[in-house]
Amino acid sequence: MTCIETRGLRKRFGTTVALDGIDLRVEEGRILGIVGPNGAGKSTALHAMLGLTSYEGELNVLGLDPWTERDQLMREVSYISDVAVLPRWMRVANALNYMAGVHPRFDRSKAEAFLARTDIKRSSKVRELSKGMVTQLHLALVMAIDAKLLVLDEPTLGLDLLYRKRFYDSLLNDYFDRGRTIVVATHQIDEIQDVLTDFVFVDRGRVVLECSMEDLESRYCEVMVHPEQIAAAQALAPIHERHVFGRSILLYDRGDRQQLSTLGEIRTPSIADLFIAVMDHAPTTAKGTPA
Amino acid sequence: MNPTTVHPDAAFEPRVIAPAHNAMTRPLYWSIRRELWENRSVYLAPLIVAGVVLFASMFSVFGLPRRIETLASQPAKLHAAITKPFAMAPAPIMLASFLVGLFYSLDALYGERRDRSILFWKSLPVSDRTVVLSKASIPIVVLPLIALALSLATFTIMLLAASAILLANGMSPATLWREVHFIQEPLTMLYGLTVHALWFAPVYCWLLLISAWARRMPLLWVILPPFAIVAIERIIFGSTNFVSLLRYRVVGAMQEAFETQVGRPGVIERVWQLEPARFLSAPGLWLGLIFAGACIAVAVRLRRTREPI
Repeated sequence: MTCIETRGLRKRFGTTVALDGIDLRVEEGRILGIVGPNGAGKSTALHAMLGLTSYEGELNVLGLDPWTERDQLMREVSYISDVAVLPRWMRVANALNYMAGVHPRFDRSKAEAFLARTDIKRSSKVRELSKGMVTQLHLALVMAIDAKLLVLDEPTLGLDLLYRKRFYDSLLNDYFDRGRTIVVATHQIDEIQDVLTDFVFVDRGRVVLECSMEDLESRYCEVMVHPEQIAAAQALAPIHERHVFGRSILLYDRGDRQQLSTLGEIRTPSIADLFIAVMDHAPTTAKGTPA
Repeated sequence: MNPTTVHPDAAFEPRVIAPAHNAMTRPLYWSIRRELWENRSVYLAPLIVAGVVLFASMFSVFGLPRRIETLASQPAKLHAAITKPFAMAPAPIMLASFLVGLFYSLDALYGERRDRSILFWKSLPVSDRTVVLSKASIPIVVLPLIALALSLATFTIMLLAASAILLANGMSPATLWREVHFIQEPLTMLYGLTVHALWFAPVYCWLLLISAWARRMPLLWVILPPFAIVAIERIIFGSTNFVSLLRYRVVGAMQEAFETQVGRPGVIERVWQLEPARFLSAPGLWLGLIFAGACIAVAVRLRRTREPI
């Protein structure tokens, strides 16, 4: 089943084009990472999917139009955004009561069980919690919702490594199952590489690359080339070249692995390496050709 | 299958969505409760004012035995001396709730955008209409109910305290109970609060509309348009119709809903002074309510469109 489908998704803020025709299809049970530089349109795209912003083009989330049917959609979708959005005056107990009151799919006992593993007190106000604890609280609230789609927009921004690791561990161990779909936009792509099933690169409001993790392994390879074979390696049309400790690392798209393995050590690139290669490679003046 | 059995492994199965009436009223109920969690001044401010009123009224209550003695031969003056504190007591409470309502409305849809918590509220299955209606119901329904409850409580405590003082001075509270209209007085409070809630609804809804629209300084935007209309009208037509309209909105409820010409103006204590028929047939009421409805409708649309500031 398709969870999210967009066709020609566009959004303009005045003269700035935030989304320039995004075509995307996310199947149920996938964990999609959205990667892109600042201002690439990641948040705008996620906001459009959540009914938080208007758009042009086609957008369908769980069979609903987010802009006109947000309240119905939010029964099935939960969301954590890049900024702490939990109201600062709210007490933890208030938050639990309110969620249990308005959300038909909120399971209070699950949230309580998750909170029991943290230092968060029921009587605390959100403003009294540290940033990490606020994120934990938000995660507890969101994980207690039996949602079909979870959208995370830089959910761990500003958290230390330990909190970030716990965040994704909880998400995977306690929450994710094949019936759910997760879409996550983040800069800390290395940390979630093992979590993802798919990823897209977004730049200037367009999808630059759409790839599954299986494709990453089969399609791309990185070779740390022996110095004496650098000319031969460069002749095989690498998409990117970088230098680490005096050694050249060349990245190939659909390279002949047998041939490449004679030039040096071969391995699958990380998403971050591929991202840098693709972004460097992409023409910097990608003028939005009207589609 | 026994429907009461809960299987732990059934946790991920889709749950039955709450029936339609639940889906409508439950979010509204919880949205109103959450407004009260956030804005404790909604009940604290009138409560404090009621406490002050009660404290002040105790002075007149303590002087009651003396006044009854000295005025025993002048029934008209006696009546006024006894009933005036009771008739005046609700006014400050109602005024406090009115002011709280104004400040609340001005911030209701602005504050959630300023602190970005709107992103959290919008991540929940509560429609913009439910949110705006819940916020509108605070000044139009909840605050009048709080004011009514506090006025009644103040009234009751004053009556009991006055009776106790009289008994303690070896006097019968019969005079007091004969003079104070303890059925008519609460009815008048209920009527007065309803009338003012309906009459000022367009004011609250205008504030809500601006609080949903303004990117900054909502107070300025609340005042500026009426001020501009007044100025333009004066310059172009040399008339002051809009000023009269505004003045009518401020004092109109008293004019239309009560008979204040007879006796002492301003003090309403008898049911015959209520004019519900005249109030309900005043075009100003209905035009105001239509304006209020329009403001709500626009505020609902704005809440969907507006982003955090």
